Amino acid sequence: MADITLKNITKQYGDGYRAVRDVNLDIADGEFVILVGPSGCGKSTLLRMIVGLEDITSGDMLIGGERVNEKAPRDRNLSMVFQNYALYPHLTVYENIAFPLRLAKFGDAEVDRRVHQASELLELDEHLQRKPANLSGGQRQRVAMGRAIVRQAQAFLFDEPLSNLDAKLRGQMRAEISRLQKRLGITTVYVTHDQIEAMTLGDRVAVLRKGELQQVATPRDLYTSPVNLFVAGFIGSPPMNFIPATVSDGELHTPFGEWRLPESRRPDLGGHDIVLLGARPESFEDSSVVPDTIREHGVVFDANVDVIEWLGNEQYAYVPYEAPEDIRAQLADLERELDSEAMRTQLVVSLDATSRIPEGTTAELWLDLRKIHVLDPATGRNLSVAAADAAGSDGAAGSEGAGATSDASAPEPSPAADENPSP
Amino acid sequence: MTTTPVPDIAAEQAEVPASVSERARAERRLGWWLAGPAFVVMLLVTAYPIAQAFYESLFQYRLTDPEAREFIGLSNYGVVLTDGVWWSAVGVTVLITVITVAVEAVLGFALALVMHRALRALRPLLRTVILVPYAIITVVSAFAWFYAFDISTGFVNSWFGWLPGISADTNWFGEFGTSVTVIIASEIWKTTPFISLLLLAGLAQVPDDLQEAAKVDGATWWQRMYKVTIPNMKAAVMVALLFRTLDAFRIFDNVFIMTQGANNTEVVSFLAYRQTISRLEIGLGSAVSVLLFLCVVLISFTFIKLFKVDLASARGER
Amino acid sequence: MDEGKVSRRDRSLWWIAGVVVIAYALFPVAWIVSVSFKTPSDLGSNRFLPTTWVWENYENILAGGAQDLFLSALRNSVGISLLATFISVVLATFAAYAIARLDFPGKRVILTTALAVAIFPVISIVTPLFNLWRNIGLYDTWPGLIIPYLSLTLPISIWTLSAFFRQIPWELEQAAQVDGATTWQAFRKVIVPLATPGVFTTAILSFFIAWNDFVYGISLTSTEAARPVPAALAFFTGASQFVDPAGAIAAAAVVVTIPVVVLVLLFQRRIVSGLTQGAVKG
Repeated sequence: MADITLKNITKQYGDGYRAVRDVNLDIADGEFVILVGPSGCGKSTLLRMIVGLEDITSGDMLIGGERVNEKAPRDRNLSMVFQNYALYPHLTVYENIAFPLRLAKFGDAEVDRRVHQASELLELDEHLQRKPANLSGGQRQRVAMGRAIVRQAQAFLFDEPLSNLDAKLRGQMRAEISRLQKRLGITTVYVTHDQIEAMTLGDRVAVLRKGELQQVATPRDLYTSPVNLFVAGFIGSPPMNFIPATVSDGELHTPFGEWRLPESRRPDLGGHDIVLLGARPESFEDSSVVPDTIREHGVVFDANVDVIEWLGNEQYAYVPYEAPEDIRAQLADLERELDSEAMRTQLVVSLDATSRIPEGTTAELWLDLRKIHVLDPATGRNLSVAAADAAGSDGAAGSEGAGATSDASAPEPSPAADENPSP
Repeated sequence: MTTTPVPDIAAEQAEVPASVSERARAERRLGWWLAGPAFVVMLLVTAYPIAQAFYESLFQYRLTDPEAREFIGLSNYGVVLTDGVWWSAVGVTVLITVITVAVEAVLGFALALVMHRALRALRPLLRTVILVPYAIITVVSAFAWFYAFDISTGFVNSWFGWLPGISADTNWFGEFGTSVTVIIASEIWKTTPFISLLLLAGLAQVPDDLQEAAKVDGATWWQRMYKVTIPNMKAAVMVALLFRTLDAFRIFDNVFIMTQGANNTEVVSFLAYRQTISRLEIGLGSAVSVLLFLCVVLISFTFIKLFKVDLASARGER
Repeated sequence: MDEGKVSRRDRSLWWIAGVVVIAYALFPVAWIVSVSFKTPSDLGSNRFLPTTWVWENYENILAGGAQDLFLSALRNSVGISLLATFISVVLATFAAYAIARLDFPGKRVILTTALAVAIFPVISIVTPLFNLWRNIGLYDTWPGLIIPYLSLTLPISIWTLSAFFRQIPWELEQAAQVDGATTWQAFRKVIVPLATPGVFTTAILSFFIAWNDFVYGISLTSTEAARPVPAALAFFTGASQFVDPAGAIAAAAVVVTIPVVVLVLLFQRRIVSGLTQGAVKG
C-alpha cells in the first residue's frame, strides 16, 4: 500500500499530440480516486502511465515516495483490472488468479491458499476449474478482480472495468468494488466515463478535459460547486441547464422573462453583461406544489412544456426555448465535448411526482434562485464559486446546505412575485 | 475544494520527441528484422526467376545445343505470338477457366447454402467431407476421373450407356470436346470445396436480421438471395472468384495426366512445360512463361479495377 | 437455424441435400479405392466394384516390383513437404508477428508481395529454375524442390498467420507485465499458447500445398533421388510393362491420400477457419 503522487505529468506522442498536460495529483494512502471525463480526455493514458504501460514524457511519478518513471510495470507492484478484463483464455480461472503468484515463484501451498482466499471473497469457488470463455460477463469481471487482489499490490488500478456489463450488473459490481476496496483499504485509481460510478465510488473525483485536470474534489463538492462550465455540464444527470441572460442593473433578462438575483448573489455577476445561468433540473418545480415558505426565494415563470416523462418517483418536463445564435453554438460545442448531441435548446426540469402539468401546455414553473450558478460564457468560469471563494465563503455558494442560512438575511421579495397567482 | 488552474504549458516542449522516436525506430528495425527474411525469400523465389526468364527469353537457346546461344531480342515473342499453337493453348485455357469458374461459382454457392442451412446434426459431417476433395492431391483426382471415364478401365460408359451419345465404346479421350469435359469435371470436383468454404464464410457474415427484415418487407426467397444476401457478401464472392480464376488459368496437372495435350487440349502452362522440359527450348519456353505471367497480371488487374476487389481489406488487412 | 421451425418436408429436403453433398465429395475417392483392390484382369471389367478384392496392388508398391519407385517417392514427398512447411512456417511466424504486432513502414508491401506471389503462375518459375538448377547442381535434389516450394507455402502462411495473430488480444501481454512478468515471460506464458493453434493450422494448410505439388516435382527432378509422389505416379508402370499400371497407381494414390484424410478428420474445424480466416474479412 502506498500513496501515489503525480507531478507535472505530461504525455506527448510522436506526432506532437498531447494526450495529458501537466497533471498534478496527490493520492493518499488508501484513498479511492476516480479519473473521469469524456472519451479522449486522457484519463486512460494517465492510468497507463501510473502502471507503466505508457512512457511519461515529462514530470515525475512517485509511488510510495519513490520515483518510478523508468521502472517496468512488473517492478511497480501494482495490479490492474483491464476494460476487457484481459483474462488469459488458455488458463483456467484458478490459474488466471494464480498467474501473478506463479510469476513471483510462490510455493504451491501458498498459491493455493491465496487463490482460495480470493475466490471465496469473490464467490468464484465453484468456477475455479472453468475457462474464461465459459463464464458470464460478471464472472469474468470478478476473475479479473481476483487476479488483482491475490497479490499484495501497492495499489489497484481499474480501467473502465464495468463498461462491458449491462446496467443491472453494473450496479451490483459497483457496490462489490466499493465493498472490496473498503475492506482491503488499498489505494485505488479508477478510470471511468460513467459519472454515476464517479459519484458513488470515489473519495475524490478528478475531472479531465483534453488532457487537462479541471477539478479534483469530493463528489459532493463537484456537484454543488463545479469550477467551470465543463464540470458543471459533465457532472449530473440529467445535466445542468444553461440559460443565457443579459445583465442590466442587476436585472437578468432571460428567454423566460426578467429575473432578479437575491442580494447576496449579486456579487456573482461581477460586472459581466452576458452570463449563463446554470440550474440543475431539481432546482425547478411546478409552482403549484411549491410551499409558500420557500416560494419567495425563487422566481415563477411561464413555460411551454412539450414532453413529460413520468418515472414514478419524479417526472421530467422538457421546455424548448429560443436562444441567441452564438450562445446556442457554444452550448452545442459543449454538448459535443461531453459526447452527446444537442438538437435544440431546451430546459430539462425535474418536477414533483404529484404534479399534474399536462403535456403540450403552458405551465407555471418555479426556479429556486438560491441554487443557480452564474457562469461566464466567455471563459466558462463559474462566477458563483469564484465569488464565494473571494468572500471567504460563509458556505459554498449554491450548496443546498448553505441555502437556508444565507438567505435568511435576504428577505427581499422576488421581482417575479407579483406575477405569482394562486392555483 | 481543490481546483487546479491550468498553467501555461508552452514552456517545456523541448526534449519531448527524442525517446519516443528512438522507440519507434527500434520497433521499425525489429519489424524488418522479423519480416525481412520471409520477404527476401519470397522475392528470391519469384521475382528473381521471372527476371531471369525474361532475360533468357531474349536469346535463341537450346540446352542440347548451347554453342548456338544467340541474342535475338524479342524475336521469341514474335515466334510465339504468331504461332497457332500459342493461341490455341490460350483459347483452351480461357475456355476451361471460364467454364470451371462459372460452374464452380454456382455449385459452390449451392454447397455453401447447404452447409450453412443444413440441419445441425449434419453440419459437422458436411464440413468434414467437403474438405476431402480440397485436400486430395490433384494428380490423384485426375487419375480417379481418368480411370472412371477411360474406355478400358472406366465404369462411366456402362453406367450411362442409356444416355444418347454414350455407349460401351465411347472414347472420352479420343476427341477435344469430351476430353475437355472430363478435365473440367475433375477440376471442378477438386476445387469447388475451396470456393464454397470462402462463400460459406461470406454467408455467415450476412446478418440474419437482414434476411428477416427482407422477409417482413415481403421478399421471396429468390429476391432475398439476389437483393440482400449476395450484395452483402460481394467481397467474399469477388475474392473467391479472383483466386479461382487465377488458379484455373494455371491448370496443368489434370491435362498432363489425362491427355498430355492430345486432341488440342494443350493449355498455356503445359505449352511452357513442353517447350522447356521436353524440348529443352529454354529461350522459347521462357518467352511462353513470361507471357503466361503477363496474362495472370492482366487478369488480376482487370478484376481489381473492373470489379473493385479490395484484396487488402477483403483479406483482413485494415 | 432454429430446428423447431423446420417443417418435416424441409427436413427431409435438407437431409437429401446433405446426402448429395456427401456423395459428391466421396464418390471419386470411393472409386479410386475400388480400383486399387482390383486384379489386373478385373481392371477392364468396366464395373465400379472389384469382382474379387485383392491386396495385390498394395503388395506391388510396398514390397513388390514398384517398391523402389514408390517408397523412395514417398520418402521424398514426406521429407520435402515437411521441410518446406517447417521453413515457411518459421519464416511466416516471424513475419506475421511483426505485421500483427509492430508498427513499421512496409507492412502493406509485405502483404501485397505475399498476395502477388500466391497468384504467381508456377510454371513461369519452372523454366528459369530448370536452367539455373542444372547449372548450380540443385537439379534433382531435395533443396532443389524445397526452395521453389517456399513460393507456394510462404505466401499462404503469411496471410493465414497474420490473420490469426491479429485476433490475439495483445492487451494480455500488458496484463501479464502488470502481473509481474518480464517481456520474455509474457511472450512465453501468454502469447505462445495463444498463437500455437494458428501456427499449427497454418502448418497443415502449408503441408497440403507442398504435398499436392506436381509442376515442380515433374520438372525439377529426374530420378528417385528427389521425385515426389505426384510426379512418380505419372511414371508408374505395372508389375511388368504389359500390365496396366492403373491398379498400382490407384493403390499408391490411396496410400498418399490416407494421411490427408486423417488430418482432415482430426482438424476439420481448424482447417476451415484457417482457409476462410485469411480469405474473407468484410
